[in-house]
Amino acid sequence: MNQTNENWTTVIKPQNKLLEVDLRELWNYRDLISLFIKRNIITQYKQTILGPLWFVVQPALTVIMYMIVFGGIAGIPTDGVPRPLFYLAGTCLWNYFSECLTKTSNTFVNNAGIFGKVYFPRLSMPIADVLSNLLRFGIQFGFFMIIYIIYAIIGDSGAHFNWYAMLFPVLVIMLAGLALGFGILISSMTTKYRDLQVLFSFIVQLWMYATPIVYPLSQTKGMYWSGIPVHKLMCLNPVTPVIETFKYGFLGCGDFVGWRWLIYSFVFMVILLGLGVVVFNKVQKSFMDTV
Amino acid sequence: MSTAIEFNNISKLYRLGLVSTGTLAHDLKRWWTINIRRQEDPYLIIGETNDRSTRGGSDYVWALKDIDFKVEQGDVVGIIGKNGAGKSTLLKLLSKVTAPTTGEIRAKGRIGSLLEVGTGFHPEMTGRENIYLNGAILGMTKQEIAKKLDEIVDFSGCERYIDTPVKRYSSGMMVRLGFAVAAHLDPEILVVDEVLAVGDAEFQKKAIGKMQDVSRGEGRTVLFVSHNMASVRALCRYGLLLKNGHIDCFGNIYDVIDKYSNEALTKDGSILSLVECHNNNLIIDSIIVNGSPNRGVYLHGEDRDLLIEVNGELMKALPLSMELIITDLNSFPLMTYSTSYGNSPLFSKGRFSLYETVHLPSNMNGGTFLVNIYFTNSGKEGYIDIPRGLFLEVEGQATSTGNVLMYSSGLGLLHL
Repeated sequence: MNQTNENWTTVIKPQNKLLEVDLRELWNYRDLISLFIKRNIITQYKQTILGPLWFVVQPALTVIMYMIVFGGIAGIPTDGVPRPLFYLAGTCLWNYFSECLTKTSNTFVNNAGIFGKVYFPRLSMPIADVLSNLLRFGIQFGFFMIIYIIYAIIGDSGAHFNWYAMLFPVLVIMLAGLALGFGILISSMTTKYRDLQVLFSFIVQLWMYATPIVYPLSQTKGMYWSGIPVHKLMCLNPVTPVIETFKYGFLGCGDFVGWRWLIYSFVFMVILLGLGVVVFNKVQKSFMDTV
Repeated sequence: MSTAIEFNNISKLYRLGLVSTGTLAHDLKRWWTINIRRQEDPYLIIGETNDRSTRGGSDYVWALKDIDFKVEQGDVVGIIGKNGAGKSTLLKLLSKVTAPTTGEIRAKGRIGSLLEVGTGFHPEMTGRENIYLNGAILGMTKQEIAKKLDEIVDFSGCERYIDTPVKRYSSGMMVRLGFAVAAHLDPEILVVDEVLAVGDAEFQKKAIGKMQDVSRGEGRTVLFVSHNMASVRALCRYGLLLKNGHIDCFGNIYDVIDKYSNEALTKDGSILSLVECHNNNLIIDSIIVNGSPNRGVYLHGEDRDLLIEVNGELMKALPLSMELIITDLNSFPLMTYSTSYGNSPLFSKGRFSLYETVHLPSNMNGGTFLVNIYFTNSGKEGYIDIPRGLFLEVEGQATSTGNVLMYSSGLGLLHL
């Protein structure tokens, strides 16, 4: 037949091969990603009086609550770091992670309307979600830095800055990667089985307590579970080394978790992201029939 | 001319009923059969044809089955068919919203699909911001949009509102803005679902004009789904008629529309079965046209006469006329006839008979027509309507060159 000598630019087939991920196409749609980011940011606080100030009010209130509950009532120590700084550091990072996670894990269900009418690389949606949340994170981190500097000026800070803080950009990338990886994996599965959506939203809540946010990891030193040190088990949670490194770098609390755990987290993130993209890519082709 | 799009044995299987229940079991069974036992997908085999109205034994149906056709570059193809025939599924496959179950679609050039106007419009954002967002969703880059922004705003006619959030727009304005963006997309292949149904007459005209420019002037290929035969006829050169997921007919748009319209009607049955009575003082017992009480009337060769014989009874004295309106298959009126227009003679109480001979013009082109019959007090009151009472088939006349002139091929009613 003459099929071979015709130069088709588009071929629509039933199912791609498992590893056929078109990243170049995604790159071609970078303008769309930037517009989605803009949309997410503009529309979040339209018609509010405080606007982006809400980004600061939320963690501030959360920290006050933690100070009362975990610091005051439960009396959990914070490694000699002032409580507001300790909680704020954890809350900023965890908020970014959980926001990204919940947003991306609903990609298919929330965008079924658009996805059903027009094709564009579906991955641009969760990527835009993760990137647009960076603005919010940036403001919250700025808030953290202001409090940090205020403590430094007052001089009674138990916080010690060290050079591990230079890892900050890598830590943010790792958080974003983990959230995106988990998110798209979950969103691919929720297209068919909505149960996961319900389950997942509350797993995220519990997950926070499995991560050293409201308590220092050093608290678990000397604890054993079936002969295994508990802090090692905690580090299996890929978010833990990221949070701990951040706290160690900026606040000097506890000990450095060790490069081994940090690399473990990083590799975990890369594999998870790869797996997520592959599964997401497979599901996106025909998810409209099941969503 | 080269082929722009090629459909090779495209099929699409859908599962009916609630999707969530039992899918895990089906998934497991499918996975087991395909991957472990290396057999064909068990659910592909049991799919049934897609007939909306009959209840089938299987939960799986073929929304499309073995669709196989080619579209040449620069052609405008209208896709028609009843609800659920598979039109939108076809467009969805083409716009990559969902993947086909089997088969392959090959196309040359960028496919711009317009299944909905203003996809992704965010109500909180201004018209201008939404133009950018919508354009990018449809596959344009920021630069392209910026270059065409003025043109788009101008075409939409919403200049005054362009910096207002679109939630303040009327629905018509939203459509105008959405179509304006899509119209400036410049894809080689444009796929359009029934988006013109909304918007005012002026805008519909503008939109159809733009689509004609796109196809004729710029040599782009257009696939257009609509239930509006008038706009399909105005736009398209070829037609594709889908029926229960199969291709029923593919070819010249006039033939395809004709076939589609014919199918919607039946020429069987008696004329009397269609009577709609508004006045109890008039009863009609029989209507005979050209010697038959049935709806189907065939005029051979140069025969252009209708002999109509009506028998009935009047309960009281009434002024009475018989009037005809002859239309084409889309109910577009072509000719009228009245026994006494505007001045109906008084008929006395009791039985009556009417004999009328209607001479259709001898230079009339061939085709299929419908005849609405009315018994009225002309211009004042209707007694009995028989809508689409006659199904009239007129044999076309051959010209000296042997061509047959047919109304249905777009040649108009009369050959002068």
